[in-house]
Amino acid sequence: MADAICRVLRDGALEGEHATSLTIKDSVVSPFGPIVFDYIFTQLSSFISSGKSQSRGIVVVTFSRSPSFTAELLRNRGFDVAKSHEWLRVLDCYTDPLGWKERLKDRGAIKTPLTEASPNVSLCKDVRNLDDLVSIILALGKGLVGDGKNRFSVAIDSLSEMIRHTSLSSVACLLSNLRSHAQVSSIFWLLHSDLHDMKAAAAFEYMSSMVANVKPLTTENTDNFSLLEQNYKRGQLYASLKRRNGRVRVLREEFSIDNSLIMFTSMAARENAVAQSLVPKVQFNLQLSDREKSDRAKVVLPFEHQETGKSTQIYDGRKSGKQESNVEEVKKHEDSGRGEIIYFRDSDDEMPDSDEDPDDDLDI
Amino acid sequence: MNRPTSLLEDALSLDAGESNSRGPEKGLVVLVEDCVETSGAFVLHHLIKRFLSPNLSSSDNVVLLVAFAQPFSHYDRILRKMGCNLVAQRENKRLLFFDMLMLECPDDGVEDGLIAFYGNIQKAVEVNSSNKNITIMIDDISLLEVATNGSTKDVLNFMHYCHTLKTQFGCTIIKILHEDIYSSGDGFTFPLQMEYLADITIKAQPLITGLAEDVHGQLTVLNKGTIDGFRNSKGKIHNFHYKIKENSVDYFYPGSRS
Repeated sequence: MADAICRVLRDGALEGEHATSLTIKDSVVSPFGPIVFDYIFTQLSSFISSGKSQSRGIVVVTFSRSPSFTAELLRNRGFDVAKSHEWLRVLDCYTDPLGWKERLKDRGAIKTPLTEASPNVSLCKDVRNLDDLVSIILALGKGLVGDGKNRFSVAIDSLSEMIRHTSLSSVACLLSNLRSHAQVSSIFWLLHSDLHDMKAAAAFEYMSSMVANVKPLTTENTDNFSLLEQNYKRGQLYASLKRRNGRVRVLREEFSIDNSLIMFTSMAARENAVAQSLVPKVQFNLQLSDREKSDRAKVVLPFEHQETGKSTQIYDGRKSGKQESNVEEVKKHEDSGRGEIIYFRDSDDEMPDSDEDPDDDLDI
Repeated sequence: MNRPTSLLEDALSLDAGESNSRGPEKGLVVLVEDCVETSGAFVLHHLIKRFLSPNLSSSDNVVLLVAFAQPFSHYDRILRKMGCNLVAQRENKRLLFFDMLMLECPDDGVEDGLIAFYGNIQKAVEVNSSNKNITIMIDDISLLEVATNGSTKDVLNFMHYCHTLKTQFGCTIIKILHEDIYSSGDGFTFPLQMEYLADITIKAQPLITGLAEDVHGQLTVLNKGTIDGFRNSKGKIHNFHYKIKENSVDYFYPGSRS
């Protein structure tokens, strides 16, 4: 399902339509939004770098993580970072979002250069001016794909920081400008939904054609720490995909985190796996082989009408004069293929079963 | 290197983090959340001692203590009882003490005040950054907010810049926040913002069952690991009780003391 989202982003927008857009939202009880973001970013990057997608390049606007992180991420996922400048631009709004460091440097208070020089990272020193930000993003994108009909994608991590510096309406304005730009193929962003009002999340969901909602597995407020701990290893992803005709498809998937890698499993597959994994854990053999089944079918139960003409002798628990032995042979047949039931009394001390009411000494 | 390990140390597993990390990618953000009934100051004292203790590791540790809450003599007295001489450490330049008790930003110059303050911190970090592990401790964020006339926005910007020191210089950042002064209902998302920034969250809370003589409170340590880094994201929650004694703190699992 996460792959379905990536495919939609890959396919991009039709001529004259808004760019496909995706909101990824999480909350502090299941803070895996950034990891889902990374997953979608790397998937889309591999489509872009291999030329399989509509967009020819991607612009990453990073507020909450440093540009070196993006480079490291791509390296870890097996991308050729040296070649990434052909399709990747990073707009660094993390290192110096308000221009503090630059002011301090001008005054001579600090000395360290802000970032290592890198061909595909540009620094933004005033994130409060969103008009400039839009034009920088568009300029970076056009620098990648040229002015023609080629398109590019935009990724923003995260909107929450952006809203903190400015306001909801101006961020919404920025997004809608980007979405309606003819050269933007797809755009996705991350939002920490519990940092804002309901209306902020709703506003961004209206503007997106897909919503990926990261939720914990158990929502109950429990004091059980081992249950809570699971929320930091696994979670579930609800995705709603809006079609052009207005139909909304809602999908649900589980994921688990291992070594900062995310693994998705669809719910149906998981339930199957559970059903199968339960059976072998039982120590008994619950299944019968074919031979055992045919043998069982042959057993003649004592109460069955035998139809052999012989008088049936069933041990009924009473001592009868005729049978004194411990071993009661209920049935003996000439054909050995048929099963038989043999009853061994444990000892002579054992009271034979009787018809007496075992409770008749009670005064009920 | 036979340091007695305590439950708190296990839960923080700072050592594991140090040995796994490479280059400038190390550094952690630790958030200590406490409340009126159970002060989290002892966690800070523990960490000061831990980072200043001489036998910790080969690499030098430098602690930047940014104190809004207490004067130097207060920390000195407590740490001396715990067996750590802060005066000597300050002379060795292993402890840099920022006395912020008097920090007040004028109404129209909150941002400038914070910029200058941040400049001081980064300068200190730059001076010490070669081959040293730097730990920045802020005691506490809530009073920083008071100093900025209650402007959470500026505090968050300041914290963001501190966070950049983590990625740039590999600093470890430890901060204390009084959680109960932020009402959770109406849009006060400040503690949540802090939790998003933190790799390890330590909560000091009173026992749910009420006051007890032998137990002074419980600590819940949520070790997210660095989710956005490339270490193992741990996702571990530890919960244990503590008892503060004259010059040490006992940590134990619930029910293991009668």
